[in-house]
Amino acid sequence: MGFWSPLGRRLAVLLLMAPAWLITPALAADQPLVIYSARKYQLVEQLFAEYGKLRGIELKFVTDDGAPLIQRLRAEGRNSPADLLVTVDAGDLWRATEAGLLAPVRSEALETAIPAHLRDPQGRWFGLAVRARTIAYSTERVRPQDLSSYAALGDPRWKGKLCLRSGKHVYNQSLVAVMIAERGEEETERLVQSWVANLATEPFSSDTLLLNAIAAGQCDVGIVNSYYLGRLQSDKPEIPVQLFWADQQAGGTHVNISGAGVTTHARNRAEAIRFLEWLASPAVQARFAGANFEYPVNPAVEPVPVVAAWGAFQQKLVPVGKVGELQPAAVRLMDRAGWR
Amino acid sequence: MSQRLTPALVVIAVALPMVAVLLTVLQGTVGADTALWTHLREYVLARVAWNTAVLVVGVVAVAMLLGTSLAWLTAACEFPGRAFFSWALLLPMAMPAYVLAFVAVASLDYAGTVPVLLRGWFGAELRLPPIRSTGGVILVLALAGYPYVYLMARGAFLTHGARALEAAQSLGLGPWRGLFRVAVPLARPWLAAGAALVAMETLADFGAVSVFNYDTFTTAIYEAWFGLFSLETALGLALLLLVFVAVALAIERIARGRARYAAADSGSRSALRLELPGVRGQMACVYATIVFALGFGLPALALGHWAWDVAAVDLDSRYFGYILRTLGLAAIAAFLCLALALALGYAVRLRDDWLTRSAARVATLGYAVPGAVLAVGVVGALATIDAGWRSLTGGEGLWLQGTVLALLLGYVARFLAVSHGPVQGGFARIRPSLEEAARGLGSTTRELVYKLHVPLLGAGIGTALLLVFVDVMKEMPITLMTRPFGWDTLAVRVFEMTAEGEWQRAALPSLAIVLAGLLPVALLTWRMEHAARAA
Repeated sequence: MGFWSPLGRRLAVLLLMAPAWLITPALAADQPLVIYSARKYQLVEQLFAEYGKLRGIELKFVTDDGAPLIQRLRAEGRNSPADLLVTVDAGDLWRATEAGLLAPVRSEALETAIPAHLRDPQGRWFGLAVRARTIAYSTERVRPQDLSSYAALGDPRWKGKLCLRSGKHVYNQSLVAVMIAERGEEETERLVQSWVANLATEPFSSDTLLLNAIAAGQCDVGIVNSYYLGRLQSDKPEIPVQLFWADQQAGGTHVNISGAGVTTHARNRAEAIRFLEWLASPAVQARFAGANFEYPVNPAVEPVPVVAAWGAFQQKLVPVGKVGELQPAAVRLMDRAGWR
Repeated sequence: MSQRLTPALVVIAVALPMVAVLLTVLQGTVGADTALWTHLREYVLARVAWNTAVLVVGVVAVAMLLGTSLAWLTAACEFPGRAFFSWALLLPMAMPAYVLAFVAVASLDYAGTVPVLLRGWFGAELRLPPIRSTGGVILVLALAGYPYVYLMARGAFLTHGARALEAAQSLGLGPWRGLFRVAVPLARPWLAAGAALVAMETLADFGAVSVFNYDTFTTAIYEAWFGLFSLETALGLALLLLVFVAVALAIERIARGRARYAAADSGSRSALRLELPGVRGQMACVYATIVFALGFGLPALALGHWAWDVAAVDLDSRYFGYILRTLGLAAIAAFLCLALALALGYAVRLRDDWLTRSAARVATLGYAVPGAVLAVGVVGALATIDAGWRSLTGGEGLWLQGTVLALLLGYVARFLAVSHGPVQGGFARIRPSLEEAARGLGSTTRELVYKLHVPLLGAGIGTALLLVFVDVMKEMPITLMTRPFGWDTLAVRVFEMTAEGEWQRAALPSLAIVLAGLLPVALLTWRMEHAARAA
């Protein structure tokens, strides 16, 4: 077959037209609700689809980690198609706000549904679910009365018995950022060093691995996000690991916020606000937080039974600004202290 | 246009996407934070540089050892199961390194299935070597990477192997000394190409090393970007990595010296193989079985087991879409890369000077760059074009950004090197004397292309297509950061599950990648066998 045979020519036309076909999705100017979500697909897909059906609109979303999504929003600038940014970390909320990517929103429904300390005073972001980052321990080898605070995990009695997740994960960076805000860099660095000295094994790449290591006996205590244990417990209720609420005598347990904000250049702002209000409403809150074993932000809503079984605890107010601002300092501190 | 100018323009055009991406990266490093650099120098750089060097040297060494020895065994020797292993040993190519990594950690770490089982049998005091260690990460990346060496080496041995063996025998050398004294030196350019692919793949890997929490240059780039929030510093680190790569490639080129490897004529292959008798044949079979089991058999079984448990909940009609998009993107990218590699190959052949050669080198640098860095370059470059377009037309919105073109640009920038290698190898086999002879007989350029180049390049073209195809299927960071709405692929689904630590649920999309990847790998092996038999 020569290239200029009829078939070859048709093929060439097809190839030349391919770029046009590839670009069309961008030109089709509908008015869908567009969401950039750091909450992963399996946690949001059902609710998103339900809202789309409820309102009879098209709802489009991409998922990625928070930082790359913020980077993407920045690069796209005022031409970004995104109406809403959903994150899983308070620092990310602060960073998006600082970069001017989120716009203030006034909504009575949101302000009544969400306590003031879980949303931006100017309404640029709203918390939608709360997760605790606290101590997990082996119920076979540790008595809860031996536990007290995060700092006490640096005590020599835990030498070779502590497990940590990688210092490169944003949840640990936020935890250390809050510690820096409270204790200053020097004391925090000593504290982190004492943790590193107690490590039973190299830091893990996920909280789930860490919890399994406690269950299997590789270590006795560790620091994890509460919902990871919730997932394991709903699967294997007999797993010999339990949560301990750290720092109850010292300001409360560290919690983090998964939240969302309407973007500065949203094309579908009204719908984005309506969607946020829907997510904060009691019936939806139970499912939004419940799907991931988190605490609803709406005080009228109970957490799911697995979570409720852990009991009530004192939450530390989240200094969102500090978390975001001090994250880079936390990363450097962890580099220095050798928390890999 | 003049005969001299066209090739240069072609090469420059091919190099353009990479140049645009690199320029964006370079421009991004301006205004880097000096305090951050001081921190990195003091606490991070030395460690990650050492880690990266150990990893690359270790992975390349193990992959070369496995790939070359297995290729020699299946190409030049006869042992029980040889026919099966000759294609089965390529299958690990369909297994993404990050999947192999999470399977290894989930099943071999202290709390993993295997150690738990062993402690149950031999008592709780049993201590096993930790998988989350330098040795573990080297083993995993080498198992994921050796098929590249195997593929290249086997191709070379099938061409020269029999003759090398004859030559070795006539010199009174045994099969192993024959391998080292005759066959390996003859296959050197192909082995080097395989080693370079493995080295670049290792340098750019993020998925597997982060499962092991093993710090390399790539993880440092991510940390600078997503932890220290300094894109400038991250891009600076990426640039530093590129400089290392360029130096390493230059050293390799100097070491190779001016040796020219004109391929032996490809028409006279005999199927002569050395019979490995008795115990030696069985040992060869055991060796091949172990590598196949570790690199493919056992991980695939583990994935199948996990996937079975979650399939009832997670498997639905959407998987058709994921699979179709994954295959579609891989196919488009494979043909694009091939077209550009061919253009590059012809241009370098027609005008072999410093300009075309350096442009070709720039065009293929992307393989060593972490995908996320390339993605930033792609987004930045397209944003510039979009801004230009808007200022011209006065329109609004995104034009190129947020389309599949962004994704494809990223793939091309990253994987051009993968198609360039085999195509270049194919061109090297077309001896200029053949072309001159054809021209002397009055052949036109078109006749030259169809009667000489296409048949002789065929093997290289097939390899180039399939390698890029499989690589794009496994690609994660570029896909994540530049995919438009509704373009979720299997790799995206794997990311979403592993990011949440839900490795059982990640097994389903992982298994789908492996199964979908088997198709092109099977084609590749079939082609290899076919070529060997046709000869």
